[in-house]
This record gives sequence, structure tokens and C-alpha cells, in this order.
Amino acid sequence: MTLLGTFALWGAWLVGLWGAVVGLSGRWQARPELARSTVRSVHAVLLLLLVAAVALWKGLVTHDFNIEYVAAYTSRDLPDYYVFSAFWAGQKGSLLFWAVVLSIFSSLAQALTPRRYASLMPYVAGVTSAVIVFFVTVMVLGGANPFERLPFTPEDGRGLNPQLQNVGMVIHPPMLYLGYIGITIPFAFAIAALLSRRLDTGWLHAIRKWTLVSWLFLAIGITLGMWWAYVELGWGGYWAWDPVENASLLPWLTMTAFLHSVMIQEKRGMLKRWNLSLIVGTFLLSIFGTFITRSGVIASVHSFTQSNVGYFFLAFLLVAGVYSFTLLYTRWPSLEPDAQLESMASREAAFLFNNLILVGIAFSVLWGTVFPILSEAVRGTKITVGPPFFNRVNIPLGLALLALTGIGPLIAWRKASVANLRRQFTGPLVTGALVGLAVVALGIRDTYVLMALVLSGFVAGTVVQEFYRGARARNRMHGEPHALAALRLIGRNRRRYGGYVVHVGILFYFVAFTGMAFKVDQEATLKPGESTEVVSPYGHTYRLTHMGVSQYDELNRTVSAATVQVARNGKALGLMSSEKRQHFTMRGGQRSKSFEPSTEVGIRSDLREDLYIVYAGSVDGTEEAVYRFTINPLVWWVWFGGVVLVIGGILTMWPGGGPLPAPARPRDAGRSAEAEPELVGS
Amino acid sequence: MKAGHKFMLGATVIVASVGFLMYEGVRETGIYFLTPTELASKAAADPTFHEVGIKVGARVVPGSVQRDVAGQTIDFRITDGAHTYPVTYRGLVPDTFTDAEEIEVIVEGRLGQDGVLRATDVLAKCGSRYEAVPEA
Repeated sequence: MTLLGTFALWGAWLVGLWGAVVGLSGRWQARPELARSTVRSVHAVLLLLLVAAVALWKGLVTHDFNIEYVAAYTSRDLPDYYVFSAFWAGQKGSLLFWAVVLSIFSSLAQALTPRRYASLMPYVAGVTSAVIVFFVTVMVLGGANPFERLPFTPEDGRGLNPQLQNVGMVIHPPMLYLGYIGITIPFAFAIAALLSRRLDTGWLHAIRKWTLVSWLFLAIGITLGMWWAYVELGWGGYWAWDPVENASLLPWLTMTAFLHSVMIQEKRGMLKRWNLSLIVGTFLLSIFGTFITRSGVIASVHSFTQSNVGYFFLAFLLVAGVYSFTLLYTRWPSLEPDAQLESMASREAAFLFNNLILVGIAFSVLWGTVFPILSEAVRGTKITVGPPFFNRVNIPLGLALLALTGIGPLIAWRKASVANLRRQFTGPLVTGALVGLAVVALGIRDTYVLMALVLSGFVAGTVVQEFYRGARARNRMHGEPHALAALRLIGRNRRRYGGYVVHVGILFYFVAFTGMAFKVDQEATLKPGESTEVVSPYGHTYRLTHMGVSQYDELNRTVSAATVQVARNGKALGLMSSEKRQHFTMRGGQRSKSFEPSTEVGIRSDLREDLYIVYAGSVDGTEEAVYRFTINPLVWWVWFGGVVLVIGGILTMWPGGGPLPAPARPRDAGRSAEAEPELVGS
Repeated sequence: MKAGHKFMLGATVIVASVGFLMYEGVRETGIYFLTPTELASKAAADPTFHEVGIKVGARVVPGSVQRDVAGQTIDFRITDGAHTYPVTYRGLVPDTFTDAEEIEVIVEGRLGQDGVLRATDVLAKCGSRYEAVPEA
């Protein structure tokens, strides 16, 4: 099967190269059979890559440890689902996974895009094929062939790193990859539009769903990554501004900017150059993220070990960047805006500022991430920046963004009148002020926290007001009960109201982040029966009594579990435990340690706070245990915000007929006057 | 003033703020990342370099780790082959920090006048973290 797999990779490489060369050259324009061939090559590549994928899965499932990849990431005692997900656990497999998914997306893009874009599709095929060829090249020529065989067959594999043995880790990488990879499709359409000089808004309609889908997958992937870090890494937080975390955030930020600015182009024909730059930038950032993860160029807990794969990515990044921006430059004159900004009191202006801030955040995060390399290159000394830098820069910017999240939806397009502003802003501003008073009454004086909560109140007020007005209008016009009217409202204008639901999700993230300002950390060394007290930011007193340490074998590991009895304000809440696990592999009937010991944390979550328990070790093998107890306020709201965001995202792109929107219908079908009274006459 | 000009003014304010925040952020929170050899030459050239926040990336000298679990203190030595520094750290070290050979660490803290690195944070990075290679 490995031979077949390798052959399939080479086949995909050759066919993909054909598609890329013919597609990008444009020679198909005069010859319809070449155009057809380009499009068909996309499907052929998919078929070949699927063969390769099946071959690797077969190797994994049949425990063919003669395959280096299988031996490196699985073992006989590894549970089946981890054997299955080992496909993307390592460098080589994840490259194949990437190529396969991109290939699936490319075929879907070819198959699902309406016929009226036929003149773009061979170009799109050219771009996607070029990217696929790049990934296959890294595998077959960059020394990352997952089908490589060992000169001998080990009795058993090395097994999967225990920290990756987590449900989150089975789904987190694919989600993130789906997001990263999905960006390639809008990028391909952007390049196709530039190449074909069909620079009207048509291509924007063709990619709307793709941008939303990849944005949503990125958001899910990032949130799952936060969850994984929180439950698995044991340092008591969910975001460390680690280079790899930053790398996943960067394209998400620029994509978020694009999702807003594209509305200005659709409505007013402005920002054409900016939007193209954003798409290209987002794609380059997604490749940059892969580069960071795989090159080991920046020290990170997440990164794969150093390898020359990084050079391939760097070269590709340069080529793709130079090609795209040169192309954009040559088409610059045909990208004149159709309209000018008319007033600062307009939704356009609010969106423009939102874009600037999002890109500003992305730039500062990028800057901080690569700063060690930059400072070493320029000044000869490596200077690093960590969480203090990112928090200092991004908290103020994040608050400004939060304010704009509230302002944007309230303000009319083109030019808002004073009466319009008063009518729109009174309710939300009052809500924000009331929240502020409540927060001050609770005794919170931290400026940033106060601002974040006031602005959250403002944004929440915005969303509620929008829903309420829309529902009331439907109630008046159609006599629908308010609840039904609110539901119909979403149905009639999914993009707008789904967007508001996403805003609510983002709001929850912000509220959750403020909670981390009140984190409480406490370490204690306890003999069995001894207890310690931790006071939470809400004033609750947790009493934690050490019950003892037990040791036992489980599946492929030895577990030593420390248990504490938890009581809050004198009321028993039950037992919680945290484990140290040492994984083993059987080699020649002998148990040998595999990997470093790992920690399972104990977490008790409610809406207000998490109690987070880490068992750090025993004193000289006795049952006297060292613990770290952490109280993390409002963490639950991160996960809840994630769920709301996903619901909002799905609402936004729920098909109104076919997987791609039909631009033939009026652009704002569903955006009826009754749903948007404030826009009438603006 | 036209809207376009007003917008450019606003945009300039935003760009300047981002730039200022970044500049201040690096200046206030940037930390030297050094190898033991670089640290030795810095400390020799500039006596005030002691008591400055630094990060040092190096290997742990095998067998040098002394743990005092009850006191939650760990002492060890780090080296890059040319220079060696003793480190003392109070707190919990990550799971990847073991007594095995070839543990790479990043120690964040200050170099005292006595030549001991007082760590405020220890990150351990193991070569075989995600890329495991079967033993031959």
C-alpha cells in the first residue's frame, strides 16, 4: 500500500502541475477543451489524493509499523479513534491531510459554483492546483513522505503523545485546518478575478459562503485549541499568546475585517483594492501560520520539531506574496472605487475603522510573534515579548473594536441624520451606562474591566434593540406574535441577524476575558487530612482537604491520582482529583516509559467561576502532595460564547437556495423595508 | 472638511495609536533572550546587567537537578557547552522538565550578583515532543 500511496502522490503532483500551468497561463481561453481539462484535473487530483489517504489510513489501522509514520505516532494499545486521528497528529500526515482537504474543497468549488462564473473557473483551478502541488512537493521532495518505510519493523510503535490523547485534539486540528485551507478558495477566486480582469462584484458573491465557512472553522478551531490548552496543558489559562496560537488568530482577524468590508464593496462599490489585499493577506497569513508551526523557527510549545520543511514554506510564502501583489498592482487602475465616503457618521466609516483596528491588532500580534527574529536580524540580540506586550497593546484596541461592534449596526449607510443617531443610540447607551453603574456598585474599579463591561452592555443593547424593532415591525405589519416575528426576522435576513448573534458570541468572549483579570492562584503542600482555604474573587471561601494519593494501572499508563474534598462556604461540593500519568509501551514483554509524565487537571465549572486543580507531585513518594489551586472566573463564558458564535455563523450562511448564493436575485433579497426602518430615506 | 479627509485624520490617529502601543509595549516588556555565552559576555561588559529581566535558552546539565518538593524549589545548572549557570526556581515546573538527558529549557528571571539565575518561570521543551522517533 505504501508504494501505491507514493505513486498516488506523484500522480497527483503531475496532474496538479498540469492543472496549475494550464490554468494560470490562461492558454485555455481560446481552447475550450483545455479549459475542460483544467477543471477535470482538479477532480483527478482529488481521486489520487484520496487513494493516498486510504493507503495511509490502512497502514495506521493495520499497525504496519514498518511505515515510519505509523511507528512514530501509534502503538498497538492506542485506542482506535486515536489511531484514526494519528493521520493528522504528525508533520507528514498532516501535510497529506492538508492536501486532501484542499483538494476536496477545490473539487467542491468547481462543482458547486454556478455556471455564470465559468470564465473564472479554470483560473480558480490553476490557483488551487498550484497550492496542492506545493503541499505534495513538500511531501515527495521535502523529505516529508508519510509512506517512508523503515529498514526494519519495530515490534510496536512509539505511541501518541499523551497530551494529544484528548478528544479536543482529535477535532481541533482538523477544524483549524478546514479554516486555514478554506481560505485558499476565496484567494483563488480573487486571483482569478484579477487574471481575468472581471473585477465587478461577481466574484465576491461566488466566495461569500467560502469566506464564512473558513472563518467559522477557524473560530471553532481556535476555541477548541483554547479548550485543549485549558484542560490539557495545566497552566491554568486558555490563551498564552504563544506563536502558534497567534498564527491561528492572525488570518481570523483579517478575515473578520474582510467579512465587514466586503459589505461596503457590495453596497457602495468602494474598497475594491483593500478587499483584494485583505484576501491575499489572509491567505498569506494562513501559509505563514503553517510555516511557524512547522519550521520551529520561533520557539513554541506547540511546534513540530525543526525541519527543513520550513524553507519550503518560506519560499512558497515569498513566491505567492510577490505574485499576488504584483498582479494586484498591474490591475490597480481598473479597481477605482465607484463612490466616495460621504460622511463620518455613516456605517461605511464605522466599518472602515473596524477594519483598521482589526488589521492593527493583526499587525501587532504578527510583530510581537516575529519580534525575536526581527530584533536578532537588526540588532544582533534576540529580544522576546510575551503576554504583557500583547495584553498592553491589544486590550485598548480590543475595547475600541468592541465599541465599534455596537456602533456599526446602529448607524445608517451613507450619512446618518442627527435624529437617526439619537433614535438609534439612546437605548444602547443607556444600557451601557446602567451596566457601568451596576459594576461600580459591585465594587469593581479596574478601568479596563469597567470599560469592557460598559461596552458589552452597549453592544448587547444594540442587538436587543435591533431584534426588538424588527420583531415589532413584523408584529405591526403581519400581526405575528413577537417571538414568532423574531424568528421569522432571522429567517428573512439571515446574514444580518446571524451577524448579530455572532456579535453576542463575541461579547461573551470579551466578558470571559475580563474574568481572567481576577484570577486567583495558590500553591499548597498538604499531608492527607490537611486542608487549605482559597478565597475566590466573589468572596466565596473554598476549603480544600487533601484525601490522599492513589496509584493504579490503566490501559497504557500508570496513574497516580491525588484527590481533594471541596467545600464552598461550608457546603460540601464533593471530590475532585488531578492525575499524573506515566505512559508505557510494551517492548519485548517489558514495560518501558514512553513520553514524559503528563498531568490531568481537575476542573469544576459553573457560570461564575472554575476551580482548577493541578496535582504537581508528591513529596519523596509519600502521600504528601503538592497542589496548585486556581480560581478562574467566567471561563465557562468562553465556551458558551464559542457555541453562540457557531450558531450565529451557521444562521448567517444557512442556504437560502443552493450552497452558493445567487447574485441574480436582488442583492438584499430578504432585507425588507420592514426589517430595517431606519434605513428608509437615508 | 470633506469626509474623506476626516477619515484620513481618524485613520492616522488609529495607526499612530497602534504604533505607539507597540513601541511602548516592546520598550516596557521586551526581554533579552540569550544563550549562556551571550549572557556571560553581557554581564562581563556591563555590571548593571545583573538584576535585569532576561530569558536564557540552554540545556539542563544532566544529573544537576535537585528537587525540594516540600519547599517547591528546584535547583539545576544550565549550559550551552561553553558557559554554565546555576539556576534556582521556586514554583511548579512543567511535566516536560524531567531528569532525562537533553532537556532544553527557557529560563526567565534575573541574574544575581552571585552568578545564580533566579528564575521566575521555567519552560521545558523536549526534542521528542510531537515528533517521536522509534528507538532502533
